[in-house]
Parts: sequence; structure tokens; C-alpha cells
Amino acid sequence: MQIELVYILILAGFVGFEIIKKVTPTLHTPLMSATNAISGISLVGSLVAAGVAGGGVNSDISHILGFVAVTAATINVVGGFMITERMLKMFKKKEKKS
Amino acid sequence: MNYYMEFVYVISSILFIMGLKGLSHPESARRGMHYAEIGMLLAVIGTLVSGKIITWEWIIAGIIIGSAIGSAMAIFMPMTAMPQRIALSHAFGALAAVLVGINEYIEKGHLGELSSGLMGALGFEVLFGALTVTGSLMAFGKLNEMIKGAPITYKGQNIVNISLFLITVGMFVYLVFFPYEPVVFYSMIALSFVIGIFIVLPIGGADMPVVISLMNSYAGLAIAATGFAIDNKVLIIAGSLDGSSGFILSIIMSKAMNRSFANVLFGAVGTPQVDHTNLAEARPITRFGIEDTKFVLEQAERVVIVPGYGMAVAQAQHTVRELSDELEKRGIKVEFAIHPVAGRMPGHMNVLLAEANVSYDQLLEMEAINPTMDTVDVCIVIGANDVVNPAARTEKSSPIYGMPIINVDKAKTVIVMKRSMATGFAGIENPLFYEPNTKMLFGDAKKVLQELVTEFKKV
Repeated sequence: MQIELVYILILAGFVGFEIIKKVTPTLHTPLMSATNAISGISLVGSLVAAGVAGGGVNSDISHILGFVAVTAATINVVGGFMITERMLKMFKKKEKKS
Repeated sequence: MNYYMEFVYVISSILFIMGLKGLSHPESARRGMHYAEIGMLLAVIGTLVSGKIITWEWIIAGIIIGSAIGSAMAIFMPMTAMPQRIALSHAFGALAAVLVGINEYIEKGHLGELSSGLMGALGFEVLFGALTVTGSLMAFGKLNEMIKGAPITYKGQNIVNISLFLITVGMFVYLVFFPYEPVVFYSMIALSFVIGIFIVLPIGGADMPVVISLMNSYAGLAIAATGFAIDNKVLIIAGSLDGSSGFILSIIMSKAMNRSFANVLFGAVGTPQVDHTNLAEARPITRFGIEDTKFVLEQAERVVIVPGYGMAVAQAQHTVRELSDELEKRGIKVEFAIHPVAGRMPGHMNVLLAEANVSYDQLLEMEAINPTMDTVDVCIVIGANDVVNPAARTEKSSPIYGMPIINVDKAKTVIVMKRSMATGFAGIENPLFYEPNTKMLFGDAKKVLQELVTEFKKV
């Protein structure tokens, strides 16, 4: 494990903190579903687990673990983005007839 | 990891950050989400064509099944079930992290490459992942009313939880020094699953916003740890964003409930000490009927509606909007005051009202509405109780003393829609109901509102 990964963690944490602080409380629920969808990035790790034919002996286990992981992560990515869009579509500004 | 992959992941990370930045305003939010979606698409396609993938059938099957389930959930899930859905998706995200972690342990163990550093990352990954899986499922069960929503407690609960936690941490430390102990590794995962169940068990329905936020944060940390374990920077960045988001939300929610993190997690057990001494049963309340309410509302210039979980339970958001339309037709200014912990997850009320077509610029935060509360003519409280309890401001002995509330009692007239005189979740008597300017309108929120709207439409 390289130390540069720790730098990335810390800096990304700060960036996240600053950005999330500015998210309007009105959109806190879409924020949760959006971060959920983004955290579905573990799909990338799952893909490698499911698609790489392991060290040989354990490749069946790898495939099955990877398959379930890919399924779970895809549910989050697809479902998360879709439902975030669905919610954000509802936040409209009414035209005031003055 | 080649340069091509690094480049794709950098672009994805930038797009994720820009995506979340968009959520600072409803205007820019949808564009932001498109950035994040493109980022995700790039990362996935980039990984697929990187040449690392050898067998495809499992991947294709997983993506098809996952997309089918995910989109079905997104399309058919009603907005009122949003807290459940969010809880469930934390479980899915964390499950993926745990499985990738187990796989990595098997693979690297097989190759004899389990260093202490790698084991540390894997340990964090499976620990946070496993407790988030079961913790979120418990939250889901409670929100879906499959499990009793009330806190489930027993004697010595905190001691059991803390001991379990210490044992698990002990196993983790042991593994860092002796990674080739699969029995310890899997026992640690099993224990984490148990801990997830146990920590949510004593937490009640009204504390769910904190639990959901906390699980959000843990899921993010598990993803970030995965990034360390498989040396993937975009996972670290996305996990950190997710983690800090959940963390900030937990802090906001705890603050809005006037409680510390530790208090929610460990102290939720405390049976609320109901102080019956100054509960003057004989104190008079003023009842209002539909016509009285209509009369008062018609005289008003500025009306503020305060929704609570009761509105969600009664599914009254659409009727609330109809009432608001009727009032606006008469030139009355209508706004909604939203308490941060109203409902069962952060932003719950906003989503419901947005679904009912309430314009987002009418949705005001507690801090924005409170300073002008004394200029409000009529305040309508719908299914909210503790978040408008003035005892939080005045009675030092009250368990909710110090909790920030919406100061509805400062409005000229307060109309409280409630089923009965029952106390709110915290079991605390609400002096608001006995104030001279408070009028009680009893009945089911939706039915009462419907009658009110019909009355307005008659004219």
C-alpha cells in the first residue's frame, strides 16, 4: 500500500466536506441517493473480481462472489441514478402568476 | 494499473465531484447528476475494456440482473417509501464491498501476498461493510414496519455491544499481524454482521434519520477501504465523498435533535422521563372546527405550514398543496417550514412536498423562517409535535431542552392538526397546545384538510 493513497483519501475527504456542506437541505434526500449511486463505483472492483480467473484454484468462488457483488453494485448505480433523477425532476419552481 | 486507466479514473473523479457540487441548488442539480452519470459510465466502460477482464458471462449476468432490479425499484418505489429504499441501497453497496474484500482475501492469500498493510485495508473494508449490511437491513425492516419500530432494549445492552465491538477490533488487530488465519477473518466478518443488528435494535423510529446518515457514511468508508485494498484511486475518492456526505448529514441530524452521536447510538435506550408534575390535565385547550379554521385563514396575509411525520403517514401532502393553492388564489402568501429531522430521513418532507408539486422556493429551512415568525398570521402544524414544542426553549427540566425548534408559538394564531392529545415520539407534554393563541383541530390530517379544501372551494 502506498502513502499516496492516504493523501488522496484525506484530500478527497476535505473536498467532500466542503462540497456537501453547501448542498441545500431541500435536496438532502436526493443527495443521499446520489452518493449512493456514486458509491456504486465499487462495481469497478466487482467487475475485476468477477471477470478475472483468479489464481486458478479459487476461480469458481471468485466468479460467484464477483457476480453477486456486480449485481448489488449495479442495483445501486442504475437504481440510484434513476431515482435521483426522478426526485430532482419533481423539484420545480412554480411560475408565479402575478 | 496503466496510464490509460488512471486517466479515465481521474476524469470520472472530477465528474463525480462536479455532480455533487450541482446539488447546491435545485436549478443545477439535474445537470450535476448527468455529470456523475457520465463519470460512472466512463469508469465502468474503461474497466471493461482495460484488458483485465477475461471471463464475461458472470459480469453480463450480474449487470443485467442488477439493472433490472435497480430500475424496477427506481420506477415503482413510491416516494413515501424513499427512506426504506435508501436504507436498502446502503445494504447493497456495503454487500458489494464485503464480497470484493472476501474475494481479495482469498486471491491474495492464495498468491501469498497478504501484507499487513493490505490486511488493514481489507479489515476496514469487511468490518464497515458487514455492519452496514445488517444495520441497514434492520433500519429497512423498522422503516417498513416489518420489525417493531420502537426501541428494543434489554439489560446490559451497551455492555454486550461494547464487548462485541472490542472482540471484533481485537480480531482485526490480530489479523494485521497474522493475516493467514482464515478462521479469524471469517469470524470477524460474522461478528460484524451481528454488531450491525445489535446497534440498530435499540434505536427508535424517530432516530432513523441519524441511523440512515450514519450507514451512508459507513458504506462510503467501506468503499474507500476497498480502494486501498485493490489499489484503485477512484474508489477512494468516491468512497470519501460518500463517507463525508453521510458524516455531515449525521452531524446535522444529531444537532437538530439536540443529541450527540454517542447519545443516539448508545443512549437511545433511555426511556424518556415524562415529567407529569406540571402536566395540568385540567388546563383548557381551544378546539377549532373547519369553519373557524377557514375564517381565520381567510383573514391572514401570511400563512406558514409546518409538516411532520404525521403528514407522511396520512399521505396528506397532495391535499396540503391543494389547500396552499386555495390560499394563494386569495392572495395569501404560503410558505412551508421544514425542520431538519421532520420525517424519517434527511430531506424527507421536501421530497414529499416536491412530489405534490409544491414549488421549491416555498420550502424554507427552520433557520430561515424562525426570525420572521412573529410576522406570520397563521401557522398550521400538520402531524408534527416535538419539533414545535416550545418547552425546548423554556423548560430546563424538559428532556428536549435546547433542541432547535420551529417557533410556531410566536405566530399570531397556531392551528394544530392532530389525531388526539397524545404526546409525540419523545413522550413529552407539549405546552404549545395550551397557549391562548393555539387552536386544536382534531382528526385525521388528510380528512380534515380535504374538508377544509372543499369548504374553500364552495365559494
